[in-house]
Amino acid sequence: MTDLSADKLPAGPAIKGKLSRDDIIMRLGMVVIALYLIATLVFPLWAMLSKSFSTFQFDLGAYELQISDEQGKYSGNIVTPAQLNAELLVLGEADLIAGSDSRMGLTQFFPDFSFRSPVMYQIRNTTETGRFLVGSELKTGTDWLELDSNTFRRVQMRPVKATGLGNFVSYFSTPALFNSIKNSLLIAVISTVVTVTLAFWFAYALNRSCMRFKGFFRLVAMAPILVPSLLPGIALVYLFGNQGMIKELLFGASIYGPIGIVIGSVFFTFPHAFIIISTALAISDARLYEAAASLRSTPWRTFWTVTIPGARYGLISATFVVFNLVITDFGLPKVIGGQFNVLAVDIYKQVIGQQNFEMGAVVSVVLVIPAIFAFAIDRLVQSKQVALLSARSVPYQPKPHRSADRFFLVYCLLVALFIVGTLGICQFAALIKFWPYDLSFSLTNYDFDRMDGGGWGSYYNSIKLGLFTAVAGTCVVFFGAYLVEKSNGFKTGRALFQMFAMLPMAIPGMVLGLAYIFFFNNPANPLNFIYGTMAILVICTVTHFYTVSHLTAVTALKQMDREFESVSSSLKQPTLKLFRRVTVPVCLPAILDISIYLFVNAMTTVSAVVFLYSPKTSLASIAVLNMDDAGDIAPAAAMGMMIFYTNAAARIIHLLVSRGVLQRTQAWRAR
Amino acid sequence: MTEVTATPDLYLSIDSLWKAFGDFLALKNISLDINEREFVCFLGPSGCGKTTLLRAIAGLDLQTKGTVMQAGKDVSNLPPSERDFGIVFQSYALFPNLTIEKNIAFGLENTGRSKSEIAVRVAELLALVGLPEQGKKYPAQLSGGQQQRIALARAIATNPGLLLLDEPLSALDAKVRVHLRHEIKELQRKLGVTTVMVTHDQEEALTMADRIVVMNHGVIEQVGSPTEVYREPASLFVADFIGEMNQIPAVAGSGDTVTIGGATLQSQQHGFSAGMHVVAAIRPEDVIPHGDGARSPGAPDEIETPENAFEVDVAEMEFLGSFWRCRLRHEIFGRDELIADFSINAVRRLELAEGKSLTIELPQSRLMGFAPAGEA
Repeated sequence: MTDLSADKLPAGPAIKGKLSRDDIIMRLGMVVIALYLIATLVFPLWAMLSKSFSTFQFDLGAYELQISDEQGKYSGNIVTPAQLNAELLVLGEADLIAGSDSRMGLTQFFPDFSFRSPVMYQIRNTTETGRFLVGSELKTGTDWLELDSNTFRRVQMRPVKATGLGNFVSYFSTPALFNSIKNSLLIAVISTVVTVTLAFWFAYALNRSCMRFKGFFRLVAMAPILVPSLLPGIALVYLFGNQGMIKELLFGASIYGPIGIVIGSVFFTFPHAFIIISTALAISDARLYEAAASLRSTPWRTFWTVTIPGARYGLISATFVVFNLVITDFGLPKVIGGQFNVLAVDIYKQVIGQQNFEMGAVVSVVLVIPAIFAFAIDRLVQSKQVALLSARSVPYQPKPHRSADRFFLVYCLLVALFIVGTLGICQFAALIKFWPYDLSFSLTNYDFDRMDGGGWGSYYNSIKLGLFTAVAGTCVVFFGAYLVEKSNGFKTGRALFQMFAMLPMAIPGMVLGLAYIFFFNNPANPLNFIYGTMAILVICTVTHFYTVSHLTAVTALKQMDREFESVSSSLKQPTLKLFRRVTVPVCLPAILDISIYLFVNAMTTVSAVVFLYSPKTSLASIAVLNMDDAGDIAPAAAMGMMIFYTNAAARIIHLLVSRGVLQRTQAWRAR
Repeated sequence: MTEVTATPDLYLSIDSLWKAFGDFLALKNISLDINEREFVCFLGPSGCGKTTLLRAIAGLDLQTKGTVMQAGKDVSNLPPSERDFGIVFQSYALFPNLTIEKNIAFGLENTGRSKSEIAVRVAELLALVGLPEQGKKYPAQLSGGQQQRIALARAIATNPGLLLLDEPLSALDAKVRVHLRHEIKELQRKLGVTTVMVTHDQEEALTMADRIVVMNHGVIEQVGSPTEVYREPASLFVADFIGEMNQIPAVAGSGDTVTIGGATLQSQQHGFSAGMHVVAAIRPEDVIPHGDGARSPGAPDEIETPENAFEVDVAEMEFLGSFWRCRLRHEIFGRDELIADFSINAVRRLELAEGKSLTIELPQSRLMGFAPAGEA
């Protein structure tokens, strides 16, 4: 029976399968979601990248002028602004560098210019593509244009666009700008070391000791996730600011700057580090500890040879996640950074403050590099972590140890005090009439409509954004993940889709927001109409938080039997029926998790949307920022706490709904 | 495709099937015919291509080349939903959030059946697999064996022409497995549905199949009935994979002899030219014990000097319940031992014990010659 000659595949094309209706539907679905990701992520980032390489410069040789005498007679002498500048040395080389919107008048080249003078001027472009403005009217072409003095003072040159590294050169030759790189890295490294250390011992206490109140501590540790990152900044202002309650503790140092950013960063990144490390510590194997004990290892040695190696992937992962969060954060350094410049704030200052979009794009590119680096290492580490899990591991059961348990209890109480205290200060500040002069309680700070920040409307907008993001985002993310995970063939398409889905994690919010301006605010873009609407905020937020949601969905889907789709198609049932009847109900807990994740983040995010809101779509988190900026710190704290309570309520509702839904639809889980 | 004249009971016809995963060839030029109402097992070690072949038949993973004809129709490139089969997986793949009834009814919906018709059919199927009272439960509330029976009921609910079973018993306890083996076979016989089962368990294949397809490294080593495959293995691989087999290095003699360590023994016709290195093979239970020369009372009359008989030493004996496994030594085997399974009666009759010697016979009809492994 064995055909000995048969070990070479015969030539000729491979069989091409006929696509079933389901295959076609699923591929179309994947194409639609991939197009969505391309339009909302790839194109905007591309627009930003090309912006960072486009330079603008005034070309003084691109215009020709003729000047009459006082009788209106021309001598026939033609000059260019370049020649005039060479004589008069009005402008240096650096003065000619411009932005896309820059304009420059011509009168500076005529020291005796007077708009009342009867002198007449003629001007033209030397090339067909040349441009200048008279008032707001754009003039192109090479025809001479005659103007009187009064009109000539309203002539403005427009810069010439080119592609090159000019923006980067000027970035790195401006110390005020590139010093931010050093500052950002410094802040990120210090905050990461502090947060990971604190979170490790906190997680260790919760997983490896027998102290009491573990549930309470777990709850407290998660609280900072519910507030915008800038809220701890406000608390720090109240504690250590110029009129701070306990500013003496800083011994004259200023909270506005690196100290404030580090403390605030520790606050808002703590839960992220805690979750990751806690998961790593929870899966450690008790058998290793028994082996260590039977070998008479000292606790110290066991800690370094068993505990730390077991949690090392978690520690590394937490390190890079925290690093990424700190270096890309915008809200906190904006509030408490003072004169201490960091990259994320530089983007904001360049774009909003100076309207220098090209430079904003350059800073974005600079910021993306460490963020992508941290992201890549984190992914690498997480892919290894999976291999560490073993089905035969025995969970570790801590044994009571009086002094250690007491030590950990005190430690956790201190950390909890830091977190609860920070929130408490904000709530206290929100209720005080006028710190520090009138300490009576009042609700005047909640009268947001009288403040500069969008009023209560912005709060309702935030809730709207949260709900839209949760609903639309969950649908897109889960359906997309399903298509990638469960469709057949189409390998390149799926790999590409996976890559797009992972990309948002590496893109800082500020960068994404700026990229959206470049892409969607371009009048030539057919999607331009969504600019300034709630839709763009929803799309931006969904994209910004796509990766974690996608991974949650993929994890849930991977736990589903691979053969459900095979069985369903063998029974000639449409895959969408399987999706509706089986996949969605079974994955409902994960779906609810994704929606609450999106809701909470939509409520707290500042960075991406700060470039995209319009007066009609102002948000609560933006209002906190703007009220703080305007000096209304107490109302800012009040609004920040409104976000906290809303998110806490959303979490509780999510918990109740999940439990109810689980009881109703997941009865099968009980044996 | 030229016109195929299907013999009346030819149901599934696989012709020159290839499957490549990159450079790796999982199936190499597989051709196989399966008749209607037949129960065929694909048997082989893991990685031999048996599941790949099953999935190609189902259309779940399309072959790279070759054709599959089902009931006279070319289905080579059709998606699973346009073929006619029911499938049962090792993991059962029952929908966890649907009740047993709804699981079975899943494929009956959208087929023009009314709700009451579906309910009747579901009840019928539940009775058929012997779980009439379990319809309202969820899969997780049933045992593994029960779940697999539900998966079977779901697969046959729509009366498919072909039933595919992908290692259906591998996830079950040994006892349940033996019981369910029998039940599946019964059910298949009752329904008369053409069935293909993939398994790596030779016992399963031997007890259930009408025909066994032994596969290795992407090729079919042998196709035959269980007895054929066991008694007349076509290759050393089949001989070794199914049951126990003594393998003794030997040199081929002319036609029907092999020389083992200098002693020439009569064997089956082997077709190797004289002087080639071969492997002489005999199953442990085919070794005939003759006592230490003296006749035992009650033993059947023996030929005076049986062919292929010689005296060996009993090196080791192992009691395996229904028989004794003996390791026998002789100078012609060098340092190797010949394994022989003797009945408890024979051991008692011959008063065998470790260290004693006895005469054994390797009957010519059971001594086979194969090409050594790696040269096939």
